[in-house]
Amino acid sequence: MEDKIIKQISLFAENKPGRLANIASNFRKSGINIRAFTIAEAGDFGIIRMVVDRPDDAHELLHNAGFTVSETNVLGVEMEDVPGGLGKIADVLGERSINIDYAYAFVTKTEKALLILRVNDIEGAILVLQGAGIRLVDMADVQQI
Amino acid sequence: MREYWNPWIERMPVCELEKIQEKKLSDLVNYVYRHSGFYRKRFDEAGVNPGEIKTLADLKKLPFTYKSDLRDTYPTGMFCVPNEQLVRFHVSSGTTGKPTVVGYTQNDIDVWTTSLARAMTSIGVGRGDIVQVGYGYGLFTGGLGAHYGAEEVGATVLPVSSGNTERQIELMQDLGSTVIACTPSYFLFMNEVANNLGISIKDNTQMRVGIFGAEPWTEEMRKRIEESTGIKAYDIYGTSELSGPLFTECMYQDGIHVWADQFLIEIIDPVTGEQLPDGERGELVITTLAKEALPLIRYRIGDITVINRDECRCGRTHPRIMRVLGRVDDMLIIRGINVFPGQIEAVLMKMPEVGGHFMIVVDRVNELDVMKVQIEMTDEAFSDKVNDIMALEAKVASAMKHVLNLAVKVELVEKGSLPRSMGKAKRVIDNRKL
Repeated sequence: MEDKIIKQISLFAENKPGRLANIASNFRKSGINIRAFTIAEAGDFGIIRMVVDRPDDAHELLHNAGFTVSETNVLGVEMEDVPGGLGKIADVLGERSINIDYAYAFVTKTEKALLILRVNDIEGAILVLQGAGIRLVDMADVQQI
Repeated sequence: MREYWNPWIERMPVCELEKIQEKKLSDLVNYVYRHSGFYRKRFDEAGVNPGEIKTLADLKKLPFTYKSDLRDTYPTGMFCVPNEQLVRFHVSSGTTGKPTVVGYTQNDIDVWTTSLARAMTSIGVGRGDIVQVGYGYGLFTGGLGAHYGAEEVGATVLPVSSGNTERQIELMQDLGSTVIACTPSYFLFMNEVANNLGISIKDNTQMRVGIFGAEPWTEEMRKRIEESTGIKAYDIYGTSELSGPLFTECMYQDGIHVWADQFLIEIIDPVTGEQLPDGERGELVITTLAKEALPLIRYRIGDITVINRDECRCGRTHPRIMRVLGRVDDMLIIRGINVFPGQIEAVLMKMPEVGGHFMIVVDRVNELDVMKVQIEMTDEAFSDKVNDIMALEAKVASAMKHVLNLAVKVELVEKGSLPRSMGKAKRVIDNRKL
């Protein structure tokens, strides 16, 4: 079950110019590739969330560069890029009272959509989703996207 | 290790100390009247005849002296000795106005040094100690004051001055400094830098005592310093006008001993100027009983504190001032409510999940004062859920509202983003155009 958990990089950033550029240049120097990326902004601050190919290296790099950064366990759910794909996942989780804290999606080279989810019960979500025949990606998949 | 620098004076019964004070006060009043045109004029205007000042009860007849008097008579208009009797000048930074100049005779330096020798002995600093002086040397009194005091008690001085933090840490390790004298915020910064270098002050140095002052700090900050670095942290008090840093707490950390044979203290109501009974909180007023070049009569030093005249557990009979609770002039008036930066600090120190670095920003929006407190995010407090961070901001804001009786906007900022100071921490940005 462990191998279906994806380590997402989350970091705290003030809402001011240059913050993103600073992160990007740190990654460029170390050859870390961003697979998925989103910013949740709340007025004065934002939380940047990223799925990268080498999360442990990225965490260490950003921490040493002075950022407040954490690794968060999330799920990567593969969706058929067709109408109704998201609804099915939400239904399955909702039936078991598993709450989605946040989610964001992106489209891969293989023309599938990948949904990143943080839920309040990650182990439960893995069981339920796999039980419904939904494919979860693992870190090895993330590195190959 | 000696227990007292001068046991006879430090343990003298209060009634005998008061006799010394009365004699010195009466001599002082006559001395300044004869030697200073400034004081003669001030006394004449107040209708004070120096011959009438005989007891401590007469003290309240004397007019106050203010920092502005030192500025108005810049540079040496209040001095009571000709320049050739001076051995040194110190000059205040002038950050809050025109600088003030303090002159010292050899005796003034000796009295200053003795005061600190008594203080350092009371916290167990003496021969065998290596005292790293991280206060600035030069026109500021902190560096040289601590330096002379430490040499007097037989300690070895490491005069690093302030700044050059990595070097401070290197020397601390290599030479085995046991005592640090600097501002408490600078020591916290030093600790942060040491940790980043993989050095623990607690485990990798000989450091055991900190002598911290030159800026207000709180009991909670003391706890934080002592727990994170394993040293005992003592408060030191003084100001350049009085010579420099002069007094510290003793081992019991229960108030700062003010040497009564050298200084006479009272607490007054800052608004009416009336003396307040012991134990009441008010503005500290100090009369120097032993200074020659620049004696000060009922000097309004501007610090808010409380006097405790009970004999201390250490056996010293001299009065104590409790931790300085704020400055009369640091006080912010927000929507008519008095706010001291120290209150904000005290709230934050009780919330270990947030960092100790903060900045108060005051603006006036639509004729209304708005106070914002910026606090640095910590690794421990960080959650990647927006709601958690907003809940933390709300929790801190609510704790502040409880203490200040004032709505405060709390803003978490990136760690390391607020300015660190090498000297006095700047805690307030007041953007109001008043």
